[in-house]
Amino acid sequence: MKRTITLTVNGAPRSVEVEPRALLALVLRDQLDLTGTHIGCDTSQCGACTVHIDGRAVKSCTMLAVQAEGHAVTTIEGLAAKDRLHPLQQAFWDKHGLQCGFCTPGMIMTAADLLAHNPKPSEAEIRHALEGNLCRCTGYQNIVAAVQLAAGAR
Amino acid sequence: MASAEQGLRVVGKALRKVDATAKVTGTTKFADDLFLPRMLYARLLRSPHAHARIRSIDTTQATTLTGVKAVLTGKDLPIPFGILPVSQDEHALALDKVRFVGDPVAAVAATSEETAAAALARIAVQYEPLRPVTDAEDALAHPEPRIHEYGDQGNMHKLIHLEFGDVEEGFRDADLVREDTFFFEGSTHLPMEQHAAVADWSADGKLTLWSSTQTPHYVHRALAKVLELSPARIRVVACPNGGGFGGKSDPFSHEIVAAKLAMVTGRPVKITLTREEVFYCHRGRHPTLMWVKTGVKKDGAITGMHFRSLLDGGGYGSYGVASTYYTGALQTVTYHVPRYKFQGARAFTNKPPCGPKRGHGTPQPRFALEVHLDKIAEQLGLDPAELRLKHLVPPNSITANWLRVGTMGLGRCIEKVVQGSGWKDKFRKLPTGKGIGLACSSYITGAGLPIYWNAMPHSGVQLKCDRGGGVTAFCGSTEIGQGSDSVLAAIVAEVLGLDPLDVAVVTGDTDLTPVDLGSYSSRVTLMTGNAAIQAAERARDIIARHAAAKLDVSPERVAFAAGRVFDVERPERGLTFADAVQLAEAAEGTVGTVGSYTPPPSPGTYRGAGVGPSPAYSYSACVAEVDVDPATGIVRVPKIWIAHDVGRAINAATVMGQIEGSVYMGLGEALMEEMAYRGNRNVVHKIPSLLEYKSPTTLEMCDVVTYVVEDPDPNGPFGAKECGQGPLLPVPPAVANAVYDAVGVRIDEVPITPEKVFKALRRKEKGEAPRFGPAAFPDIAWPEATRVPPPWEGGDGKAVPLTPGASPGKTRSRKPRARARGR
Repeated sequence: MKRTITLTVNGAPRSVEVEPRALLALVLRDQLDLTGTHIGCDTSQCGACTVHIDGRAVKSCTMLAVQAEGHAVTTIEGLAAKDRLHPLQQAFWDKHGLQCGFCTPGMIMTAADLLAHNPKPSEAEIRHALEGNLCRCTGYQNIVAAVQLAAGAR
Repeated sequence: MASAEQGLRVVGKALRKVDATAKVTGTTKFADDLFLPRMLYARLLRSPHAHARIRSIDTTQATTLTGVKAVLTGKDLPIPFGILPVSQDEHALALDKVRFVGDPVAAVAATSEETAAAALARIAVQYEPLRPVTDAEDALAHPEPRIHEYGDQGNMHKLIHLEFGDVEEGFRDADLVREDTFFFEGSTHLPMEQHAAVADWSADGKLTLWSSTQTPHYVHRALAKVLELSPARIRVVACPNGGGFGGKSDPFSHEIVAAKLAMVTGRPVKITLTREEVFYCHRGRHPTLMWVKTGVKKDGAITGMHFRSLLDGGGYGSYGVASTYYTGALQTVTYHVPRYKFQGARAFTNKPPCGPKRGHGTPQPRFALEVHLDKIAEQLGLDPAELRLKHLVPPNSITANWLRVGTMGLGRCIEKVVQGSGWKDKFRKLPTGKGIGLACSSYITGAGLPIYWNAMPHSGVQLKCDRGGGVTAFCGSTEIGQGSDSVLAAIVAEVLGLDPLDVAVVTGDTDLTPVDLGSYSSRVTLMTGNAAIQAAERARDIIARHAAAKLDVSPERVAFAAGRVFDVERPERGLTFADAVQLAEAAEGTVGTVGSYTPPPSPGTYRGAGVGPSPAYSYSACVAEVDVDPATGIVRVPKIWIAHDVGRAINAATVMGQIEGSVYMGLGEALMEEMAYRGNRNVVHKIPSLLEYKSPTTLEMCDVVTYVVEDPDPNGPFGAKECGQGPLLPVPPAVANAVYDAVGVRIDEVPITPEKVFKALRRKEKGEAPRFGPAAFPDIAWPEATRVPPPWEGGDGKAVPLTPGASPGKTRSRKPRARARGR
């Protein structure tokens, strides 16, 4: 039995009819057309689907869409201000913090949560924060460097 | 033209990737991000048996489920396919037999993924289980029942025996002859993006397939064959790949099935594999057992080498014949080997098929060789870095197995990492538990020969210059994250004096782009790059001719830079690039050019000489530092120094990224990654999920110090060689050698898990051999050798005549070979 939920997505109120068992990640992608949220595993390891719920990073495959009812969801599409990239997006580009780009939205959303709560993290704190986001291309070197750059730019 | 004299403006700089803004904003469209009106969703039913005959399939209950639009089984797609012409042994859906747990058997298209999944549960398949073959040694011991009705003998897919000079004579000349046995466990690519494809069949009888593939050209060929459609009616679009690493280089069942379902239903069909299914697609690193015997003089000079490998191939051929040759091909391009013998075997087993993973068939023998050399250096009392430096293959030479080496920067690489790591102060001098190890490697910059025999170019580029000043480069090359779109844009921008971000690239689309063979074998930068230079120089010549007339100078004085076309001797006299294009277009019509690239022929012509030749070889040297906890056997790697001879970096940032990414993947293989299967002949994958398949996170990844060594190679575009695979190779042996330096035990097997280190340490305590690794290499009935005298013995690259009646390397299949080839 489908249910209609209301939530805020990237600053705009949205109403969407969902199966109670539908994962938030799938609803974002399939019903709200926000395909920047990627799915890379079925077991909540990869972190590619990370979004913000009320400002905190959450793997959107670990929660049901109905649990997001009444909350504010931010995806990678909603991170930047209108006319310019978010400092983390700019830093990932500047520091070559991505190759295939599949893990990138999740990495950026996780890092954005970190910097929002810890504006000057140490390298160890950055690595700890990103531990739950897997990348197979970069060896994480430039991802860590990008987060450091963005932290300096804030 | 004059621009070459002005120095390079784009090439060599650390430039931002041209496709990165879309990636940081989440707007890149990967295959699974495509949604078409009326689209259906497909799922595959996969075999629960490792080896079984299919007695019957009843799809009635699935077909009648509401929302199901089509159901397919093997009989709907009876034509076999496979990446190599000699291994056309796959069916999109199993015809009469399944060969591994996960082999696709049936497919459903329905209005939702859930409905498709529910329909799969209603398909009744009757299996007759057969004895499964669990690994390569089991395959040797059990030629029956055969997994395939072709192959060199029983369950052995391929047997190779090549001899370049008399190695026994080499061993007689040696001061020391050493034998070692090694095992390299299989691992998988684990791209973060799960394979996905969308197919669309239009009313006018044209098929379009969007797919996360590294090789759209080969998918195009496979679709034409299996679907019996003219290639002219098929368009394959390679979406940006969310990582490939070789795992998306084969044509796959799910691609063919999605296409067929679209044709049957007349509606678009999407299929997205689950992570578990990606483990079944596999095509990853072959588990490989190896034996190596080397003779050396007191100074470490090699007098002869005999190398044997036994590969566990899994259920299908895939690239396996090439992989097997690769386990014996590149031993000769680093240190001078005057006499060389190689025996290689690949077994069919009832597991997901192995194929090309980053380094394709060469990380396994490189691990064996570099650890073997470390042991030899110790026995001779030589520093392992010195031993290697003394006996490097000279540049511009031909090896015993007839590979032509051009530039060779390994010496500089070794010097960089030795100096950077403080090797001389650390080797055999660190406190117990801390260790340092060194290893080197080499890799091809593109395979010298195509996968199917033809005399056409390996890469083509078309260039269109717009009268508004924009330039579009069209090429079949495929962006898998490595930066091929950025390389293409950079090279065109360099030649035409533009900003790479102003060059539009259209890639990986068989309707729009000329053929490039694909993103595999580290071939794209060199081959696409050379094709792009040719196309861009032809466009530059056309534009320069008309600009020269306007400026009233000779065309030789016309330079291209910063979006301008000008007189190099009076730079203020010039015009914009757009104006120059308009002059050319007014005079000659549309300004469009083509460029293409074909690798130079290889000097070797013996049977088997097709694997190993390359326009250029990259070189790497690596030093790893480790901390080993003797109580637990846990190995931590705090730091790695890597130097890589890339010839010339087209983009300094992406080259560094490729090297560091290679180190990362090598570290994963060294310490933790393994495709493990449950015992008791179940042959069930133990860990088909990210939950259990361990890969390094931010916390396991070590600090990396990278040195880019540049010695431009005449065969590379602006001198560039590969960097995307080679730097992985020296990491596992460097770690193994460092573990020995730390705690005095040899782990002759990867991954180097705590359990293995712990067992070796206990053996050491008990006074047993301080080692963990395989005991022996099994007896194999090798075919008679193909004997090829090396260049210094007066050879000409051809094999010497055979013993009468023998048939080296030829199939001994009981059925004619043609039957396995399909059409």
